[in-house]
Amino acid sequence: MVYFPTDMESKTAVVDEGKVMASPSKEMLLDWYRQMVLIREFEETCHQLYEEKRITGVYLHLYSGHEASGVGSMAALRKTDHVITAYRDHGIALILGMDPKAVMAEMMGKKTGSSGGKGGSMHLASKDHNFWGGYAIVGGHLPLAAGIALEARYRDKDDVTMTYVGDGATNNGYFHESLNMSAIWDLPVIWIIENNGYGMGTEVERASGQIELHRKAEAYGIKSFGRVDAQNALDVYAVAAKAVEYARTNGPAVIEHVTYRYRGHGVSDKQYDARDDMSTELKEWMKTREPIKILRDCIESKYGDVGDILAKHRDDAQRIVAESVAFAEASALPSSYEDLLGNTYVASELVYKTDYSIGAGID
Amino acid sequence: MAARNVAMREAIRRALREEMHRDENVFVMGEEVAYWQGTHRVTRGFLEEFGERRVRDTPISEMAIGGAAVGAAMAGLRPVAEFMTINFAFLALDAIANHAAKVRYFFDGMFKVPLVYRAASGWGNQATASHSHAPEPIFAHFPGLYVGCPSNSLDAYGMLKASIRDDNPVLFTESIALYPKPSPMPEDLDEDYLIPIGKGDIKREGSDVTLVAYARGVDWALQAARQLARDGVEAEVLDLRWLRPLDMELVYKSFKKTNRCVIVEESLPMYSFGGEVAANLQENMFDYMDAPIKRVAAEDVPLPYSKDIELLALPNAQKVVDAVKEIL
Repeated sequence: MVYFPTDMESKTAVVDEGKVMASPSKEMLLDWYRQMVLIREFEETCHQLYEEKRITGVYLHLYSGHEASGVGSMAALRKTDHVITAYRDHGIALILGMDPKAVMAEMMGKKTGSSGGKGGSMHLASKDHNFWGGYAIVGGHLPLAAGIALEARYRDKDDVTMTYVGDGATNNGYFHESLNMSAIWDLPVIWIIENNGYGMGTEVERASGQIELHRKAEAYGIKSFGRVDAQNALDVYAVAAKAVEYARTNGPAVIEHVTYRYRGHGVSDKQYDARDDMSTELKEWMKTREPIKILRDCIESKYGDVGDILAKHRDDAQRIVAESVAFAEASALPSSYEDLLGNTYVASELVYKTDYSIGAGID
Repeated sequence: MAARNVAMREAIRRALREEMHRDENVFVMGEEVAYWQGTHRVTRGFLEEFGERRVRDTPISEMAIGGAAVGAAMAGLRPVAEFMTINFAFLALDAIANHAAKVRYFFDGMFKVPLVYRAASGWGNQATASHSHAPEPIFAHFPGLYVGCPSNSLDAYGMLKASIRDDNPVLFTESIALYPKPSPMPEDLDEDYLIPIGKGDIKREGSDVTLVAYARGVDWALQAARQLARDGVEAEVLDLRWLRPLDMELVYKSFKKTNRCVIVEESLPMYSFGGEVAANLQENMFDYMDAPIKRVAAEDVPLPYSKDIELLALPNAQKVVDAVKEIL
């Protein structure tokens, strides 16, 4: 069976023009294109580097194919909003504006990496960008998202926390508990289910009793904004903009992004080589649902020939990624005990002014 | 200094309440902490005093409690999250061990996680196997987390305050058996009375044998010491207070004097506090060792319901006395 949902609500999920947010401008669309080609170039380069053993380790989950999901949805955020995700986090980091050099250096475990080489591919984060990280335990970041959103509620701010969660995680306890908690506390979280058809190697329909994943929101009394064709950045944006505005004042929202991963679950995934149906399916998605092409077609149909600008973005992406690789490879690996042991704890700044020993007084 | 006997429950309640007054970022969350007034009555009156924003009843969702505390702490709040009992914290072990303890490290110091998990712990009262544990050593396994386990009211007060004010995550256990137990607290106690994280304490001085304990084990050790004194044996009783960091320096200092050691704990014997202390002693104090190091812990069995065999499973003062007599 080829995974290719045909019952998406994308055509009905149009933004109320003017009411919620204006249609994306030409500049916005061109910038989305810039982001998407940068991600694709970065991810395909990572893939290549892994093949060449210049990136090592066992975990490398690429965002190729998912680009429109992150780009379209985060375009609905403002700078003070928060973002958190799981381990397929490179694209999210780049969209938020993290330095590709620091991200690539983290892939290679270098001291100049965004996490000093301690986190690797799955643990990118940037406090400066309100990016609270990539997390490696399926669903483990979901209650963290609730806690981050609680801070906004606690201090009466209307910042939202955009939380990406894979289809597989919707079956674990973290998902249930975190969504339920967000509902009873009216937490401003947008739970974006990135449904790429597989939780690791298991098809959604073999893993979840409810295969329309956004409908799980109903169980918690959370507003669902439906299922979106997440290969189309404009559709993604239109729905995200509505959900973000809703979450700011009301509470949690759920959106299901139907998307596809081009490089399997991660670098250890050999199913696309082993299974004909999966490689057929992959080709079908790449041929007909390619997110960068869909965006490009949209831009060109609206604004005519912008080929020069798009070509420049592609050239820039190649240059930026090449520079990031050069930077990362030239950087030092952490190697000392100081590097190993640092930042396990915060050094205590407490002042102990009293005699802490009660000595024999207790006896 | 004038002192008054205060139950440990009240000392904890007072410390928590004062910290909430001191710092607007401190809030409590957990099952039944608000309207029910706290399962162990530690948060009695808090809802009325601080309101729903800062005293938050949660659903029965330990994974969410454990993880939401991490997120809130990373974002700048100082959550004090209560697990009704430490047994339920097992459900949150991933949030505690993989996230609270590691977030700072795997993002190389980008975030602080200033949270406290409070959990009632301990054996007994016919609570049966799944509700009757002192499994705090499990949580002390993980670097990045501190574990505090007070044995008396004043320590509980100062240790909880330090835990709340410190910028690292702390698992703070409260022995159920000690909640009602009164012990002296100075009447003019300073609100900034903090017990340093990782500092143990000498609860009784002696020169013949070192008894190393924490939490409820300190009670058994002190009872045993009184009993031994009648036979002319002076035991030194150390309360390590924290399982992580572990104050081995205090143990070494005492051991150099006594050359004998019995470790007392309420927890299970395998991969335990006792094993950890004994391993450190033999590695570092071999030349001072005059006898095998003994351990008194719970029996290596889940706890049964029926009263007599339940008591048989628990450590007690007599077991400590017997262990000491074997190595004198």
